[in-house]
Amino acid sequence: MQESIYSVSQLTLLIKQLLENRFNEILIEGEISNLKKQSSGHYYFSIKDAQAQISAVLFKGKASALIRPPKEGDQVVAKASISVYAPRGNYQLIVSELKYKGVGDLLLRLEELKKEIHKRGWFSSKFKKSIPTLPQRIGVVTSPTGAVIQDILNVLHRRFPNFHLTLYPVKVQGEGAAKEIATAIDEMNTHQLADVLIIGRGGGSIEDLWAFNEECVAEAIFNSSIPIIAAVGHETDHCIAEYVADLRAPTPTAAAQLVILDKHEAVQKLKQWEARFSHSLEVKLKHAKQHLESILKQPLLRTPQLLIAPYYQWLDDTKGKLDNLITQEIKEKKLKLKALQQKTYALNPQLKLQQVKNTLTNYHRLLTQAINKIVEKEKARLRHITQALRLIDPKNLLQQGYSIVFSEKDHTVIVDTDQINVNDKICIQLAKGKILSTVKEINTSDGKQKETSRV
Amino acid sequence: VTENKKKPLEFETAFEQLEEILEKMNTGTVSLDESLSLYEKADKLIVSCHERLQKAEKRIETLIKNREGKLDLSPEKTPQTVPFNVEEND
Repeated sequence: MQESIYSVSQLTLLIKQLLENRFNEILIEGEISNLKKQSSGHYYFSIKDAQAQISAVLFKGKASALIRPPKEGDQVVAKASISVYAPRGNYQLIVSELKYKGVGDLLLRLEELKKEIHKRGWFSSKFKKSIPTLPQRIGVVTSPTGAVIQDILNVLHRRFPNFHLTLYPVKVQGEGAAKEIATAIDEMNTHQLADVLIIGRGGGSIEDLWAFNEECVAEAIFNSSIPIIAAVGHETDHCIAEYVADLRAPTPTAAAQLVILDKHEAVQKLKQWEARFSHSLEVKLKHAKQHLESILKQPLLRTPQLLIAPYYQWLDDTKGKLDNLITQEIKEKKLKLKALQQKTYALNPQLKLQQVKNTLTNYHRLLTQAINKIVEKEKARLRHITQALRLIDPKNLLQQGYSIVFSEKDHTVIVDTDQINVNDKICIQLAKGKILSTVKEINTSDGKQKETSRV
Repeated sequence: VTENKKKPLEFETAFEQLEEILEKMNTGTVSLDESLSLYEKADKLIVSCHERLQKAEKRIETLIKNREGKLDLSPEKTPQTVPFNVEEND
């Protein structure tokens, strides 16, 4: 059995017919990779899945009809036909329609997230902080390249030439962008790097803007103590970030206008204020001057003596009264002083002592007199007694011739005849010497003659 | 949500205060002495506003990030910056 031999062209043609008929306007799902846009406006790329890939081309006419141009990594469902390119012997898909997969999913997720965050209250106006009109430092969280930062800088140069801006460079789309933005907001707060923040990016597809719909960005904005102006994309289709932010600006340019006052305007306004105050004060001064003049015209003020006269009189009167009062007072005080002096003199202890001494001397004198008198009297009495005694002294009597007769027996003085008998011996005491004798006769006092004793 | 800590006098607040002061000055009941002290107060406000407008020095800077995507801090824990270079990019 002889096998038929194809030429390359024949085989290629057969394959072309087979494939192109079989795979006409089919739907294919996969991820775009190796995307290249030619200057012609055509897009060349591969549609791939985990195990395989097919080259594809999207011509300019079809591309312009899409909601957005394709980009690397897009998950798509393409309507396409297989085309075999004979000169190279390869095949590719000619794409006629391209649907981005997941856009519907994204929109759904966005709605859910919006509802969730709304429920948390993060959109509430009560959490909105006021935007300072004259921030000392403006923070911007955006891409360091691209139009956004340039637009902001242009506006700021015009509005407030000596502004201070700190840029926190971040990725604003694609993998990890949301996390970078959230970190940037957190770090701006941690280090207090600004008084106000602008976060934003230029317009784009919903996927481009997706970072600004992520929960972590919303949370960072909500937790920020620095007021935030969000400027994301264009005026339609707001992102969650814009709802949570304290102020929303339609574009980065608008955000720059909201972030700081216009310096020239402010200076003008201050000048106006100065003028208004100067004017107000001038009016006030003019009024005051007029008022003063009208007061000066009053008769009392022209002859001021009239105003003072009654007071002078009153002053004189009062002075006279006062003088009198004082003189009176002094007089009284003097009198009182004198009285007190006298009292004090009387109470002088020296004086008292002298008095007591005098009294004592007096007593002493009286006593001496009394005692002398008594002594004299007693002396006289003594002399008298002595004289009387001398008169009765027996010796004196004996001198005058009297004698004392003692009994010889018992030496008693005989004064009575009863005491003796005849023949009794008696002793007669003379002034000089004694006489011993014997009794011969006794005559009693009654004249009888006493007999001799019977013995 | 906490309020910003140190808040320098806002222009709005200053303007509100100026409005109040002017209104007071323009009422007939205020004495001349009081008017003068009100004027002084207003003048101080205006001067401080002027100062605030002129005080700032123009600066445009970019924060430096490290490999972990965090801010590069100096040993004193201050974020590092470089002047922003105005370049034209896509």
